[in-house]
Amino acid sequence: MKTKLIINGQDRALDADPRVTLLDALRNHLGLPGAKKGCDHGQCGACTVIVNGRRVNSCLTLACMHDGDAVTTIEGIGMADDLDPLQQAFVRHDGYQCGYCTPGQICSARAMLDEAEAGWPSFVSEEMDGAIDLSQLSDEEISERMSGNICRCSAYSNIVDAIREIAHEKQGASA
Amino acid sequence: MTETRTMDRPDRRNILDEAAQGVIGTPMDRPEGKLKVSGTATYAHEYNLPGTAFGVLVRATVPSGRLAHVNETSVADIEGILGVYSDERFLRNPAQGGANEAPVQGTDIDYFGQAVALVVAETFEAARDGATRIQLRLDADDDGVFDPASSPPEAQPDEAVDQGDLSAAMADAAHSIDVTYTTPGHNSAAMEPHCSVAEWQDGNLILRGSYQMLKYNRNEIADAIGIDPAKVRILSPYVGGGFGSKLGIAPEAVAAAIAAKALNRPVCVALTRQQVFENVMRRSESKQRVRLAADKDGKLSGLGHEAWVSNLPEESFAEPVLQATHFLYGGDSRKLDLYLHRVNRICAGSVRAPGEAIGMQILENAMDELAHEAGIDPVELRIRNIPDMHPEKDIPYTSRKMEEALRTGAEAFGWDKRPAKPATRREGEWLVGMGMATAARINMLQASEARVTLKADGTAIVETDMTDIGTGTYSILTQIAAEMLGLPSERVTTILGDTDLPPAAGSGGSWGAASSGSSVFVACEEIRERIAERLDCKPDELTLKDGQAICGNRSTPLADLLDSDICVEGRIESGKLSQKVQSATYGAHFAEVAVNAVTGETRVRRMLGVFGCGRILNEKTARSQCIGGMTWGMGIALHEDLMFDLRDGHLTNRDLAEYHVPVNLDVPQQDVIFIDERDGESSPIQAKGIGELGICGAAAAITNAIFNATGVRVRDYPATLDKIIAEMA
Repeated sequence: MKTKLIINGQDRALDADPRVTLLDALRNHLGLPGAKKGCDHGQCGACTVIVNGRRVNSCLTLACMHDGDAVTTIEGIGMADDLDPLQQAFVRHDGYQCGYCTPGQICSARAMLDEAEAGWPSFVSEEMDGAIDLSQLSDEEISERMSGNICRCSAYSNIVDAIREIAHEKQGASA
Repeated sequence: MTETRTMDRPDRRNILDEAAQGVIGTPMDRPEGKLKVSGTATYAHEYNLPGTAFGVLVRATVPSGRLAHVNETSVADIEGILGVYSDERFLRNPAQGGANEAPVQGTDIDYFGQAVALVVAETFEAARDGATRIQLRLDADDDGVFDPASSPPEAQPDEAVDQGDLSAAMADAAHSIDVTYTTPGHNSAAMEPHCSVAEWQDGNLILRGSYQMLKYNRNEIADAIGIDPAKVRILSPYVGGGFGSKLGIAPEAVAAAIAAKALNRPVCVALTRQQVFENVMRRSESKQRVRLAADKDGKLSGLGHEAWVSNLPEESFAEPVLQATHFLYGGDSRKLDLYLHRVNRICAGSVRAPGEAIGMQILENAMDELAHEAGIDPVELRIRNIPDMHPEKDIPYTSRKMEEALRTGAEAFGWDKRPAKPATRREGEWLVGMGMATAARINMLQASEARVTLKADGTAIVETDMTDIGTGTYSILTQIAAEMLGLPSERVTTILGDTDLPPAAGSGGSWGAASSGSSVFVACEEIRERIAERLDCKPDELTLKDGQAICGNRSTPLADLLDSDICVEGRIESGKLSQKVQSATYGAHFAEVAVNAVTGETRVRRMLGVFGCGRILNEKTARSQCIGGMTWGMGIALHEDLMFDLRDGHLTNRDLAEYHVPVNLDVPQQDVIFIDERDGESSPIQAKGIGELGICGAAAAITNAIFNATGVRVRDYPATLDKIIAEMA
């Protein structure tokens, strides 16, 4: 089955079994193993990528459902010789250990900051509407919004440190 | 040539402190970090070798019996199916850590979920379809044992201690407690499901796998498939978490190797998340009885700890629950016993901190019960019971920072603000309490080898088959070599995870850093001596810094001094000292929890861990190990619970939606303090283990805090809200 995808800004043609998930398409067919398979059931978040600006569990969606969609993977956020500031913050704060959940954490964090900025409330939000000032984004908000991404090495405090630093800087930069 | 150092006597020279580069111990970023955050570190599944076929394992749906027939025609019409494999060489369960030989093999079935066949296809999707549709004939036996308590307990004589008269001590005690707790099974649940890509080249097997201890794994798979270990090469440069689950070769590796041989092409077999729960080691559930007898001041006169655990038939591993109880506290009268029940359940084996993770948990709950009973502060009670000598072997301890950790932690945490009387602090609908526990874990040095090459251009390479499973091996071996050779860390490259390299201790039992680090140290010391020779300088007068060799007032760039590479293999071995002294790591956990008075839900508000683990090799990665362990303590205190059906032994919660591990919002900001320590009796780099200490006792700190908050003791883990609310007034 033929599907056209725009992956990290590039047109990519996929011709694969319709049962191929977006995750397996990236990993097994398109040479992009950055997104990880941790559970294949949407329970761990290791496969998180950004589709048309929103984070999704790529194991829970079939590649053929995304004809024409724009997909951003960890490779599109930044490669080793040209890391995004968010990736650099993960390195600096040791926001990982084994590294397996890390691409999913970073894709999730990138989209999560956009969601917060756009005023999407979370379970712990005091207000249900209105944009959130990222410079004020609390640790509890970050933790709640990142709770779909399991880190069994349990670098959670360090992940929050990395994201907080970027969130607070981002607001400063745009102000 | 190989330089060998045997740990027969202490090494208190503290050479790493004398060295001038100043990189050891620093919170250096991980050298492989850029690869991990960009998704370009290559894990086992990600090689995409040309012509790779995909295999999916098929499980037994009877708990006891045998695989009688595989109906291959049942999948023959699926496009892309290449073959179905089942074989007397299939593993019943993974090898235990360090087994060095194949575990039980064959087509007999001993537990529900055992992998009995492999379906291989051109694509993962076709293989998965085949694994769902394949028809197996399973002959079931009706002799399965599904409730551990229903099988006779086998005493474990090596763990038994019967010293003095505990019954008399209990009768005479001013304060005593006699309590029984239960803990459920746990799964490591590493984020990367086990995966093996097997490829045969000229009769040699190349296995790209997700493994922790390669030198053993090579022998295990060679034994399993019946080839010479010299014909096996295993590559595991990146491992997505292990926690014990990847210590021994596992069923997918052998199945992949058999299929790859038959098909003459690479075969990739990854476990599904459900198979990770069913085919990989579980931590045994336990029942534990603790008896403590104390005088009026809380000093122990007697200590009893008995534990009952389980495993499959023919497995010798019995969760060593009493491991720290043997040496941690005094008490002349002692009765320790460990019993193993045989059960048709998933194999039990090492899960992070086997023994102490649940043994310290219950011992430290019991100590909290004694403190409450005796009206003595829990921190003070621990300090009063630190023995001078090992209470069973009468040997001394190596460096032991237990009291410092307890006092430092109490001060830093604000322990003096804890109300001694439970259930007396309320904030709205939340009951708030504090708890603490001692942390302790045995420390071991294992044989390990590494090759260090100081190249003529003034860079260095460290090579060993050691693994980095997130533990920070790439960082600390780089730092040790950089410190010893006087090089900026970016001029040192560390290459790991390849059995073609010198065999290391592997990642397990918290021994990885001290053991593999010592082998690098030994090699570097020899290199330093050779540099000194070239400069006609005494080794202890040589300073190496920033690529310069300095002797007296002469400073020579290494690149000018060397006309060829200096290559030395270093080897460390445990020696006579290990029998003469008790080496362990110590610490203290503090937790503050809030328990909802309406629902019984527990939220951990603060956690502090204070640890003495010898020399800290990298402050950043060491801290990450500790917060990880502390979070595991939260998991076993509050969430984690393997639930088995007592009718057929099957695991009912075999995924991450049903088996609950801590997620981000569960975990507060955690604090870690390291006590400055050099333990020259434990390793020549004065370091000890750190990967497991963070768990040991952590769960007890949380449940002790729940008691302080609510007055409720949950003695049946995990302390879920239903158990707490049922006991709340």
